[in-house]
Amino acid sequence: MLKIIVLAPLVGAIINGLFGRRFLTLFGQRVTEKLVGFIACASVGVSTALAFIVFFGQLLSKQPDADGVRRITEHFFTWIKIGSFQADFAYLLDPLSGIYILFVTGVGLLIHIYSTGYMHGDPGYYRFFCYLNLFMFMMLTLVLADNLLLLFVGWEGVGLCSYLLIGYYIKWDVAGSAAKKAFVMNRIGDFGFMIATFLVFTTFGTISFVSKNIAGQEIPSFLAQAASPAIAVGTLTAISLLFFVGATGKSAQIPLLTWLPDAMAGPTPVSALIHAATMVTAGVYLVARCSAVFVKAPTAMAVVALIGAATAIFAATIGLAQNDIKKVLAYSTVSQLGYMFLACGVGAFVAGIFHVMTHAFFKALLFLGSGSVIHGMDNEQDMRRMGGLKKYMPITFSTMVAGWLAISGFPLLSGFFSKDEILWRTWSTDALPPNWGRALWVVGAITAVITAIYMTRLMVMTFWGNERFGGSHDDHHAGASHGHAGSGHGDDHGHHGGPHESGWLMTAPLIILAMLSIAGGYVGAPEALGGPNYFGHFLDPAIAKSGEHAAMTGATMAPIAVMAQAEPHGATPAPAEPGAPSGARAAHEGGHDVETERLFTLISSVLSIFGLAFGWVFFNRNPLWRAPKLLEDKYRVDEFYDETVVEPVEHLSRDGLWKFVDVKIIDGFVNGVARMFAGLAGALRYTQTGFARNYAAVILLGAIIIIGYFIVSLFGGRIL
Amino acid sequence: MVPLSWYLALSAVLFTVGVIGVLIQRNVISLFMCIELMLNAVNLSLVTFSRLHGNVTGQLFVFIVMAVAAAEAAVGLAIIIALFRSRETLNVDEADLLKL
Repeated sequence: MLKIIVLAPLVGAIINGLFGRRFLTLFGQRVTEKLVGFIACASVGVSTALAFIVFFGQLLSKQPDADGVRRITEHFFTWIKIGSFQADFAYLLDPLSGIYILFVTGVGLLIHIYSTGYMHGDPGYYRFFCYLNLFMFMMLTLVLADNLLLLFVGWEGVGLCSYLLIGYYIKWDVAGSAAKKAFVMNRIGDFGFMIATFLVFTTFGTISFVSKNIAGQEIPSFLAQAASPAIAVGTLTAISLLFFVGATGKSAQIPLLTWLPDAMAGPTPVSALIHAATMVTAGVYLVARCSAVFVKAPTAMAVVALIGAATAIFAATIGLAQNDIKKVLAYSTVSQLGYMFLACGVGAFVAGIFHVMTHAFFKALLFLGSGSVIHGMDNEQDMRRMGGLKKYMPITFSTMVAGWLAISGFPLLSGFFSKDEILWRTWSTDALPPNWGRALWVVGAITAVITAIYMTRLMVMTFWGNERFGGSHDDHHAGASHGHAGSGHGDDHGHHGGPHESGWLMTAPLIILAMLSIAGGYVGAPEALGGPNYFGHFLDPAIAKSGEHAAMTGATMAPIAVMAQAEPHGATPAPAEPGAPSGARAAHEGGHDVETERLFTLISSVLSIFGLAFGWVFFNRNPLWRAPKLLEDKYRVDEFYDETVVEPVEHLSRDGLWKFVDVKIIDGFVNGVARMFAGLAGALRYTQTGFARNYAAVILLGAIIIIGYFIVSLFGGRIL
Repeated sequence: MVPLSWYLALSAVLFTVGVIGVLIQRNVISLFMCIELMLNAVNLSLVTFSRLHGNVTGQLFVFIVMAVAAAEAAVGLAIIIALFRSRETLNVDEADLLKL
């Protein structure tokens, strides 16, 4: 089953990739679009259906393993086996990967359907869907991999697909450079990932997430082994930090964040799928997957939390000042990813993953909504030339309102629960030194307000106020060529009359995502508010705990460490449900904390509503408010990197490596050898007179010498 | 009967004549003939030793030398004709392209 989930999109990618062009010549554009779109959506549909069947039909009813985690494993084939090293093509479905495959396939399917509408009329239609399916395959490989190496295959694969799709408009320079930038920045992160993998293998002797029987010996997973006190904290810190370097690349955190906003050069469904909902959350997945290692390395946790919080507020402030609708959403994504890392850093991995899921819903919705707007506005992306669109695109508008309120943390929508959970866990964390949590909470809270403000700005500028497109629209469009020129889609919509609503293929996914954005948070609604928190109960066993608890139980033997976690609070008078509340919560047992948690929920609601209200009032008055230059210039991070990294490297390459090393040293050596022989030969030329009889004389002389030598040596002194 | 040493002496004389000829002659045809003379001097000594030892190997060797000499003569004459065509002379000292 897991095999088919992973491989179905690959089949779609192969068919569309190999035969798409032939379809085009055989059947023409219209039929090809139907065929290619059907193949792509069907292959992802198979994955989605199976993912839901496996998750709800098998994983939920599965008996937990000894360490309390429900697991389904599937061995495909053994990939590499050298000595004690073994890497399999084997899939692991546990609560963490289960949640990921649900939203990856679910949101992925919706975006595939949306894309069939969005990419309509594009000459590269089959190419687009081939890449998109390939991406699904790689992403599923990433989350279902049962060892680090296979995870890395998926990790690189999604990076490749991201590169291909960012640079999808191949005739547009900006897209090409953005693609390269994304790829190079990801490679920097991958470097950390690889070193971390090597370290894991040398430290633990295995790179698997599950215990493996290698050469007749049962080797527990490195995650289980990490709980053992025998492993030096320094090593674990190094591994964690290197993994986090990988995560910063993939998830666009400081310092590798600048590629994500540029990645908006790709088609909008790509931004929604790859650069908002799924791929960029792979970094969070990696950190959560290796949570057992992270919780043993407090320094690394602190770094993760600090970087997360810093990125969150940094990107949010930039988001305030952008005028391109997709750029705002891109910075918003970076900021929300920062939240997720903040959650991981304070030990609330469950809250982080919960936010990953809700974020996938509402950010995919917002991106697809913005795509619908861009589509309807004939490729206009500048919000300064929008306004008043709500009467032209009622469905896009109303669905985007849901996304807007969800991301702003409006009470009882999905983003509210996850963000509130993160903020509360940040405040009450015991994974960091005292008061750090509170300081980070302040940062998080400010970010929450800013988030609400910039999202309100986006909505107000786009949907309310005066219509700023008007008659001069065509001029603007000609001036601000957004590279979609090559796409030329939708001429048969007859939309030259002005903004218009998109077709049902595009609005239907919006509606579904809007419903998820509104209601999706209930699965994780905290108990303090009387919610069920299925999400927490389900995911909790698969995640390692931080703080004193882990330190104490870590002393027991590795594989049972996580199970031992559950024991202390099993003894508490808490309601004895089989799922049992989380261990982290056990540290905050008692009514007092529930009161505080409720208080913080209230604070979050107030913050969110304040942000929304402030933004509403302020931007309705002056929608074209100019943000400080520094924010508009994105803190000049790109310029800073250009000056500190790109230019020195260029300079070194040109003047150092090329003009000095290559020209002077390497060429100098090669030419020097040639010149040496030329000189030597020049000297020897003087021995050649050119007279044949001179040569004959030399031969004679030689012959006489040789004969003389033999005579002397044979007869010795008898002759002389 | 003529003693063997006479044959050898004749062979040595012929060879020396050939060597000196090669060294002092300028006409390429004379030079060529001197080379032939040296070859035949060697042939004569080979036959002499063959008779001395009662072994035909030496005589067989002479045939090989003759065959090679014939081939060499063909090639050599061809070169001489080519040389004459290009330079209108048979003086070897004027064919000095290798000279600095």
